[in-house]
Amino acid sequence: MLLQQLVNGLTLGAVYTLIALSFSLVMGVLSILNLAIGEVFMLGGYLGFALLAAHVPLAIALLGGMVSTAVVSIVIEKVAYQPLRDAPLITPMLSTLGCSIILQNLVTNLWGSDPLQLPSELFDRRIPLGPISIGLMQLVIIGVAVVLVALVAFLVKKTSAGRALRAVAENRDVARLLGVSPQRVTLLAFAISGALAGAGGVLVSLHYAAITPYVGVDIGLKAIAVMVIGGTTNVWGALLAGPLIGIAEVLTIAYGGSQARDLVVYGLMILILLLRPQGLLGGARSDVGQRV
Amino acid sequence: MISTYYAGLFADVGILTLGALSVYIILATGQLSLGNGGFMGIGAYVASYLTVALHWPVTPALLVAGLVAAVVGVIVGFPALRLKGIYLAIATLGFGEMVRSFFLVFEPTGGSGGYRGMPHISISYIWVWAGAIVLLVLALERSRLWLEMRAVHDDETAANLVGLNTTVIKIGAFGLGAAVAAICGGLFAHQYVYIEPGNFGFDRSIDFVLAIILGGSTVGLGALVGALLLVLVPEWLRFLVDWRLAAFGVLLILVLLTRRQGILDRTLIMRLTFRKTA
Repeated sequence: MLLQQLVNGLTLGAVYTLIALSFSLVMGVLSILNLAIGEVFMLGGYLGFALLAAHVPLAIALLGGMVSTAVVSIVIEKVAYQPLRDAPLITPMLSTLGCSIILQNLVTNLWGSDPLQLPSELFDRRIPLGPISIGLMQLVIIGVAVVLVALVAFLVKKTSAGRALRAVAENRDVARLLGVSPQRVTLLAFAISGALAGAGGVLVSLHYAAITPYVGVDIGLKAIAVMVIGGTTNVWGALLAGPLIGIAEVLTIAYGGSQARDLVVYGLMILILLLRPQGLLGGARSDVGQRV
Repeated sequence: MISTYYAGLFADVGILTLGALSVYIILATGQLSLGNGGFMGIGAYVASYLTVALHWPVTPALLVAGLVAAVVGVIVGFPALRLKGIYLAIATLGFGEMVRSFFLVFEPTGGSGGYRGMPHISISYIWVWAGAIVLLVLALERSRLWLEMRAVHDDETAANLVGLNTTVIKIGAFGLGAAVAAICGGLFAHQYVYIEPGNFGFDRSIDFVLAIILGGSTVGLGALVGALLLVLVPEWLRFLVDWRLAAFGVLLILVLLTRRQGILDRTLIMRLTFRKTA
């Protein structure tokens, strides 16, 4: 029973990891909260859903979802972030909130506000492992999440685009003097962030086998907690914190009642903020944060 | 005689004005709170418990609710001193979500089933409170204390160096903002006579921030303008039926792009009152 809960928590955590990484890419480079990420993620879920329902193979559906949400994220950057990049932090945060309102309205009008169900034959294959069993889809979700985190880590650490990204995150002005274009880096950060949120969306629709237009707010806010707990300066932090929160949440539901789970998640986040503001895997550089 | 429809809307404007002011007071010291929905929830539940279970009149219940929230605000303000900018905002967001989930599991006030039985208050009662607090904030804006708060906002280190007690100013702002949010919550509870934890979540906190930023975050009256806009514009957009929210989102982005300081600022007030700009 406990083991089964752990497996479920891991699956949920894998989705959190992707959304948290999506938040942290934008936050790490620009120190702003992109509040549209929750809805980009939800949109990814619906796109993946539509593709899967049309009997497109899972890999293609995942890729399709990721590319579309990357494009949406780039549009958000152009419309809501770029013109306001030198305004106080709250202003671009609220303009991305505007984007999230538009996206939610769009999805509600296109697909309706009732939950959509995926055909269950996709999910019936379970692999027995001694006393517990893992659904094939759960394995897929965890596997995809790990591969994507590794890809992002490789991109950020080893490629020249990643070096540019880190340079701008460290010091925008110096990076510009060294010939890095902050505009292109910002666009790249938004694109990857959108693709990750989209992947998370496709995976979450697999996890719950159902999706509603309101899934973005709840999971989006928790992903912010995961981002903080993992630390924004280290890509692997999200992979540690995601499953941690997923398991904490599933265990709270199992033993403390489903209403108490947010109390545990946000309590953990505040604890980390106070004791270790840079996050579990964050480096020594404590991020002081820009002025509001 | 105004119709009940408009009366309801104007009650909402009064309540939202207070919510926006609660963010404004904290923002004046350079701290962004995304958790004022939590303070509002504390105020709503404390005031309702006093009027329903203990049969208090509404006014003392609101005052006590404000006091309780102020104490919680100060308690939240202390750890917040360690955090700056967006991390502080995220911490307050976490606080707001914790308050919401606390009331979900707290059975004495109904838990997830909500709480009911409050006496209904009139729209004029709401506006007496809203008006009084707006005037209070306007008076505060002309005081020396406000200059000190702005100093902390502009440069905390410099404010510290000239001998201002930045700790007290920042924590005090949290306490005062929390009290105003709590009174806003108490009024909300007695206007709708039914509350549930979902009323006081992230959406509510972000509504407050939205109202003050849209209205103009450099002047207290911006809260009033923002609240009017945020309540009335979605109503005017009703003819768009299903696309109402999307249109609101577009308008929101357009306003931010064209007037990032908000609708109301000092220059505009000077112009409207035919005074020369200093």
